[in-house]
Amino acid sequence: MSQTLNLTLKVWRQEGPDADGSFETYKAKNIPDDASFLEMLDVVNEDLIDNGRTPIEFPHDCREGICGTCGVMINGRAHGQEKGTATCQLHMRKFSDGDTIVIEPWRAAAFPVVKDLVVDRSPLDKIIEAGGYVTAPTGTAADANDTRIPKEAADSSMDAAACIGCGACVAACPNSAAQLFTSAKLWHLNSLPQGQPERYKRTEAMVETMEQFFGACTNHGECYEACPKEITLDFIGYMNRDYIKSKVKNRKLAGQQS
Amino acid sequence: MNKRKAVNLTSTVSPQKSGHKPLRETKKELPFPLNLYQSAVGKKWVMAITGLMLVGFVIGHMVGNLKMYLGVLEHDGSAAYDMDIYAEFLRNLLVPILPEGVFLWILRGGLLTAVILHIHSFYSLTRLNIASGRSYESKQDWLASNFASRSMRYSGIIVLAYIIFHILDLTVGATSDEFVHGAVQSNVVNSLSNPVIAGFYIVANILLCVHIFHGIFSVFQSLGVNNPNINRMKRGIATAVSGLILVGNVSFPVAILAGAVEYNECDPKLSVAEQVEENCVNSSGHDSDSDDDSHSESEGY
Repeated sequence: MSQTLNLTLKVWRQEGPDADGSFETYKAKNIPDDASFLEMLDVVNEDLIDNGRTPIEFPHDCREGICGTCGVMINGRAHGQEKGTATCQLHMRKFSDGDTIVIEPWRAAAFPVVKDLVVDRSPLDKIIEAGGYVTAPTGTAADANDTRIPKEAADSSMDAAACIGCGACVAACPNSAAQLFTSAKLWHLNSLPQGQPERYKRTEAMVETMEQFFGACTNHGECYEACPKEITLDFIGYMNRDYIKSKVKNRKLAGQQS
Repeated sequence: MNKRKAVNLTSTVSPQKSGHKPLRETKKELPFPLNLYQSAVGKKWVMAITGLMLVGFVIGHMVGNLKMYLGVLEHDGSAAYDMDIYAEFLRNLLVPILPEGVFLWILRGGLLTAVILHIHSFYSLTRLNIASGRSYESKQDWLASNFASRSMRYSGIIVLAYIIFHILDLTVGATSDEFVHGAVQSNVVNSLSNPVIAGFYIVANILLCVHIFHGIFSVFQSLGVNNPNINRMKRGIATAVSGLILVGNVSFPVAILAGAVEYNECDPKLSVAEQVEENCVNSSGHDSDSDDDSHSESEGY
């Protein structure tokens, strides 16, 4: 049996990047508990539009937890209270009738607010860009099992590749560090044979690009708690190890070129 | 259905400016290995390694201080505090090779370098983190971080103040007229008999251990030492090391306040043998046997 909820929302409203923002209070009435969090916001927006007011701008796309577009701070937690769940997969049945929900955009110096709950996460793209490419053989397609990969390495790489780049790790971090994101993207390739030729160049470039925008890790572990894909902190350790190695190895490579 | 009023639904979002520009530019790269220290990850390595050195020192310091419980021992045919013998031993490290005190100063130089690097990496990483962060307008709910991890910068600053005070108090002797260079046991007891100083030592050492707890916990991650066997034990190792240091270091002021450490009531400028002769070396922590022993030794001498 589906029930309906009546909620009070405190939503961050901000006209544009340079405008001052503030919390506005809205009533969300008759929300079906089957609705997702974003559908709840849709219902509120319908109501706002009907009353001639500007709807709440919030980031969303696939609504099935795989694109990494959505993401807001819900009651002080990135993606809300459910562990391993993106905002779109958080359902209203996890809330009770009469709850007050505070909704705030991600906050980081590198993530300026664009409007309301939408932030600009393009620095994450800058890190990906810095990573470059993997060497791939051209010509006829290789046999599927041509490159042998240990099961553990494949599993570990897949775990890292689960990162959807939503930015919750940065949002939850007291230092606004993007270590979890960067290390997952690095380990995705660094753990596989195909990623080895550029391993250390990639590590150096991505870490140094990350540091142009984001803070440093102080090992709180908040990012892991916030991550909708439950990316582990282990990858940060691997990144720290690879970065120091990269400084030594890339220097040797540079010596060989001259 | 409601008749909808005309609302401007077109987004007023303008192309972003700030997000595409780095918050900070990369500096000109220094020669290897100095370039490691230019990056935050490299600074965390320096912080971890210097932190390990300092934890090693703190453990050694604590174990050395346990000698204050041994009170008076026979040394070179005369009675002396074991603590003072130990201090003499430290000054005489590597003595046939180096002059007296030189190796001690080399060790001190190493420690000072570690402290300076630890503080500088802290300073520059904290600046980076403050510049990168934006606090939430609503209350952020902490799930994984703890008091130790969130208070690192504050516990570190208080511990630094404590270390400076501690060196002035018991190495330089700037805080007391009764300080006698080399008379370690009586200097310690004289200083920590003051409840205010003892209280400060206790609070500072608790904070030191809170700091060390998160430090040890972080060291593995910062150095990239990561395997499931170690990860399972990380919290246990951190608790054990910081707990050991806490028990040892807090026991000293507590024992002195409780009168459980041998102390002397006479002029510390007298030699220990003379003090024993005047029967003013009080050993409330020991049974009277040891007192009698030291008496008979000094009489024989």
